[in-house]
Amino acid sequence: MTESLDSAGKLNLAYWMRLTRTLDDALVAMWKQGRGVGGTFSGRGHEAIAVGAGYALGPDDVVAPMHRDLGCYLVRGMSPERILANQLGKEAGVTKGRDANLHGLGDLSLNIIGFVSHLPQSLPVALGAAMAFQYREEPRVALTFTGDGSSNTGLFHETLNLAAVQKAPFVLVVENNQYAYSTPLHEQMAIDDIVVRAPAHGVVGEIVDGNDVMAVYSAVAAAVARARRGDGPSLIEAKTMRMLGHAIHDGAEYVPAELLEKWQQRDPVTLWEAALVAEGALSEATLERLRGECHDEIEAAIEYAERAPLPDPATIGTGVYAT
Amino acid sequence: MTEIRHLTYLDAIAEALSVEMERDPNVVVLGTDVGGSFGGAFKVTKRVATQFGPRRVRNMPMTELAFIGAASGMALMGMRPVVEVQFADFISTGFDSIVQFAATTHYRWGAAVPWVIRAPSDGGIRSGPFHSQNPEAWFVHTPGLKVVAPATPADAKGMLLASIRDDNPVIYFEAKPLYRSLKGPVPDGSEAIPIGVARIAQEGDDVTIVTYGSTVHDSVQAAAELAGDGVTVEVIDLRSLKPMDTDAILESVAKTGRALVVHAANRMAGVGAEIAAFIAEEAFGHLDAPVRRLGGMDIPIPFSPPLEDTYRVSAYDIVRTVREMVAW
Repeated sequence: MTESLDSAGKLNLAYWMRLTRTLDDALVAMWKQGRGVGGTFSGRGHEAIAVGAGYALGPDDVVAPMHRDLGCYLVRGMSPERILANQLGKEAGVTKGRDANLHGLGDLSLNIIGFVSHLPQSLPVALGAAMAFQYREEPRVALTFTGDGSSNTGLFHETLNLAAVQKAPFVLVVENNQYAYSTPLHEQMAIDDIVVRAPAHGVVGEIVDGNDVMAVYSAVAAAVARARRGDGPSLIEAKTMRMLGHAIHDGAEYVPAELLEKWQQRDPVTLWEAALVAEGALSEATLERLRGECHDEIEAAIEYAERAPLPDPATIGTGVYAT
Repeated sequence: MTEIRHLTYLDAIAEALSVEMERDPNVVVLGTDVGGSFGGAFKVTKRVATQFGPRRVRNMPMTELAFIGAASGMALMGMRPVVEVQFADFISTGFDSIVQFAATTHYRWGAAVPWVIRAPSDGGIRSGPFHSQNPEAWFVHTPGLKVVAPATPADAKGMLLASIRDDNPVIYFEAKPLYRSLKGPVPDGSEAIPIGVARIAQEGDDVTIVTYGSTVHDSVQAAAELAGDGVTVEVIDLRSLKPMDTDAILESVAKTGRALVVHAANRMAGVGAEIAAFIAEEAFGHLDAPVRRLGGMDIPIPFSPPLEDTYRVSAYDIVRTVREMVAW
């Protein structure tokens, strides 16, 4: 995996981020219109992290994304149809109506592990996948994401420690989006940078601009390469801002407006599109076409998901156990 | 031809680990102090640690939540990890990994999580509140898990083989007071004993005792004494708590008309409460007396011998209760 990208790769990043934003915007709109089921989560502001990290993985690598990582599911091959169907509780959803919104969006045929609400739980699970690769001497890497909130849990530290002791091919991306639900960073921790928790456990740590997709991609690609070489785990702290509430019901009035305005100037999707236009890799016309394609793709997916059947209550008890 | 040897309960578990690790390279052991020349706090893993070395019998830092979660990740990738929690009491430190992640994954998104947690449980060996517990009810209450509790060396071996081969997360409660005190016939070879099938430890006609784990032996001992009264007791050793062989319970209660449920765990909201309710709902017409339950008191498990002995169910308690039931 190279740590820089050719122009096709750079355009791919633009496509996946725009597709992510389009789907994210559609979800927010649908839920506000009362077309949703239960709640949903927006990952607005996190697109560069989710897409950049997901794009840096090889085809056989495993990822355990969370609820801000819509772009990662997409870039790893989960279709908008299946994601939308899941959000609407449909039989055609990834969980066949068993789990809500982005929760449980796991599919081992895509090397994606689904998450539970107890967020740091994905950390040791991804580490275990990495330990399996190491045990079988397969050149594969496991990557997972977590937030500033769960970086305060014991399990975050337990996992980093265990990953370092095992020298496992494991990469952890911490999406520091300034808030754990309504609680700002300074009420969560007495440090400025979460990354300082990495060297305490013997894990390599790095800070990246989470709104710069190329920076995220490069840092994650380097960490993945290091893991694949057998040089052990890494933590990447991607600093960003959660641009909407914790979930759809949350207006996030507790976030100062000037903070959001500041981060809005650095919107990760438009930032990357503007950079590509500036360097001549993308024309305004191509960009317009790209946006149109994403719009059409998501509209078709919505139509499919809304028409898809709900699960049959008679199936409620199936699948609790593997045969 | 299968050779029958007599092994201790502990050696039967150790043999199952050895047999399955030999058979399947995806089986690894994870736990605190399980590896190296130490081989576990109770030496259950000493045999496989010697036989297979640190790549497959892996010492973990004292981070149960993380290494049980890691076992789930390994299991998702096709491995079959066997985790030892040093004492069943410590399983609470890994609770989220078990009940939130592993137990729900197959129902939510269809991926199997085939691990086993071996949990050395039970008391009577003067180990105090944190080395004597029987926390099986927490897990029987959790959909998606399987829970087994073998009482004999043969079942300890055969059911561990079945647990490792099962495609679901299985909590395997091994009764540590039986480790070296109980010896019994154990078949050679690698045949599993299916999960979910009870065993009739003793046949009888007058009263059914439904039990599992160490209290199977107290119940059989009580049955011997009750035979002197002319009362014959049928002892059902459940072996598996989830799934539970409810047919075996119903069949026996239909015959005897009296049911006593016995377990070492505290009685309050224990597995016995579920069994008693089940019998009341499904076999009421057969009952000649109310269903009774015996279990530990609803207190932290005390250390000092007279206190712990008062806490625990004894064969004497079983005899006295059965006599009351017969006289009812």
